Amino acid sequence: MADALGNGYVQLGLKMSVLLILLPATLVLGWVELKIGAHMQARLGPMYPGGFHGWAQTLADGIKFVLKENIIPRNADRSVFALVPYVTMLGAALIFVVIPAGRNLVIEDLEVGVFYVLAASSVGVIGILMAGWSSANKYSLMGALRAAAQLIAYELPLVLAAAAVAMMAGSLSLVDIVEAQKSIEIAGFYIPFLPFQIVGFIIFLTAATAELTRPPFDMPVAEAELITGAFTEYTGIRFAFSLFAAEYISMIGLAAFGATLFLGGYAPPHSALEFIPGIVWLLLKTLTILFLLIWVRWTYPRLREDQLQKFAWKFLIPLSLVNIFATGALKLTPWI
Amino acid sequence: MAVSESQVDELVPRQELKTLSPGKTKRTTFGIGLIKGLGITLRHMLTPAVTVQYPDESAPLPPRSRGIIALKEENCTVCMLCARECPDWCIYIEGHKEARESVGGKRAKKFNVLDRFAIDYALCMYCGICVEVCPYDALFWGQLDNYSEHDVTQLTHEMEQLNQWMYQVPPPEELEIGAMGPAVKPAAGPPAAGVEKEGA
Repeated sequence: MADALGNGYVQLGLKMSVLLILLPATLVLGWVELKIGAHMQARLGPMYPGGFHGWAQTLADGIKFVLKENIIPRNADRSVFALVPYVTMLGAALIFVVIPAGRNLVIEDLEVGVFYVLAASSVGVIGILMAGWSSANKYSLMGALRAAAQLIAYELPLVLAAAAVAMMAGSLSLVDIVEAQKSIEIAGFYIPFLPFQIVGFIIFLTAATAELTRPPFDMPVAEAELITGAFTEYTGIRFAFSLFAAEYISMIGLAAFGATLFLGGYAPPHSALEFIPGIVWLLLKTLTILFLLIWVRWTYPRLREDQLQKFAWKFLIPLSLVNIFATGALKLTPWI
Repeated sequence: MAVSESQVDELVPRQELKTLSPGKTKRTTFGIGLIKGLGITLRHMLTPAVTVQYPDESAPLPPRSRGIIALKEENCTVCMLCARECPDWCIYIEGHKEARESVGGKRAKKFNVLDRFAIDYALCMYCGICVEVCPYDALFWGQLDNYSEHDVTQLTHEMEQLNQWMYQVPPPEELEIGAMGPAVKPAAGPPAAGVEKEGA
């Protein structure tokens, strides 16, 4: 196993397979969200496409998007308009570069991993801003400006929550963070950072929801007011990629990031379960966070933009600063 | 269905009325409502969905549902009351008179024979006046929720179909406890052979 992983071609294949898995994963996640959301509203959701509980619903949606005409408005800035799907997808997919699925199973174990993820996840907002400016549409511009305003609100709590974890681990590398969580061991059980960083975890989830522009913080794409915000003018496959694929891929990416930071990433819960590959544990933990994100989405109504600003600046940021202070105090206690 | 007093109590919980007194708003800890909301969605997710997959399965119709109007052909006397009372004139009735052979010098008795009875369900607004007005109990509400057609002209259903729909008519509801049954008048003439006289 170790020899095979050392082979450059095998490594390249594994790295490419991440990209190949991501697009089908968005379809699966989209379907899961449809079904969970439906059942949370005592409905069934899609039932017919594909036969079994409508499993092919998102696949059919995807094919429909591919078949639709690509329209660029006459007054739009054509080159910028067409570039948007690449930028949003890039921002979403870049996160996976540093997410470790095993001790050595990581595309690049960057020493500044946490910083890199936080930077990469913000690239998508540039795409939204580009879409808003280039569409020549007031709804799009409104949505883009809301997205930019939202960035100011959620970015700081997100960074501060991740910083507390980096303080716990003493490293910014995601592999080191997981290994640090594996080093806390009680009777064979690996204790992740979650019990020490429960406040940080909640802050992270809240900020991640705002980052993903998902309800209750979906003001930039508010369907009822802004008609999907910056993507009002997008059609066909550009719409599918710049909105749906980018949202779900960055959702998976941030969930995997959260699972790595707080839930122990690829580390199994007990040392006796080491024989199960780390990618299984990473997937399980990612799915847990994905479920939390979907659960929150189908529970709460949308806030106003100023409510998010107030919530972030008057509550989340002070709370995360207190959390960092408490983490520092925890690090100084002799028994940890 | 009769609603007993205990059921009325269930409909309006007394204790809830007390707690809803005005001017008293309960302050709860910050965040409790958020957790409650999560609990509600989780509970709904774990309970089965209420959706009925309609074309594949149909929900039981309520006993008084207005599905189709069925015709009991042998009861119809071609009196035309239903056709005349129908607000959108969607009932088409045709008939002719026939006379029985005179027996023993008596005048030959004339009676109506129904030739055509059709209801245009594209026009029908399901008011039920025809069912109410029929003096001989020839029209009934039947339970059927799917009788769409590919063409609007095919929605005019003739006598044969209306007769078939008698099978969709539910049996009459049980009388409520203590209610008086309908007054049964004895037939005017001597009863037909083989039919026992009831309620006399």
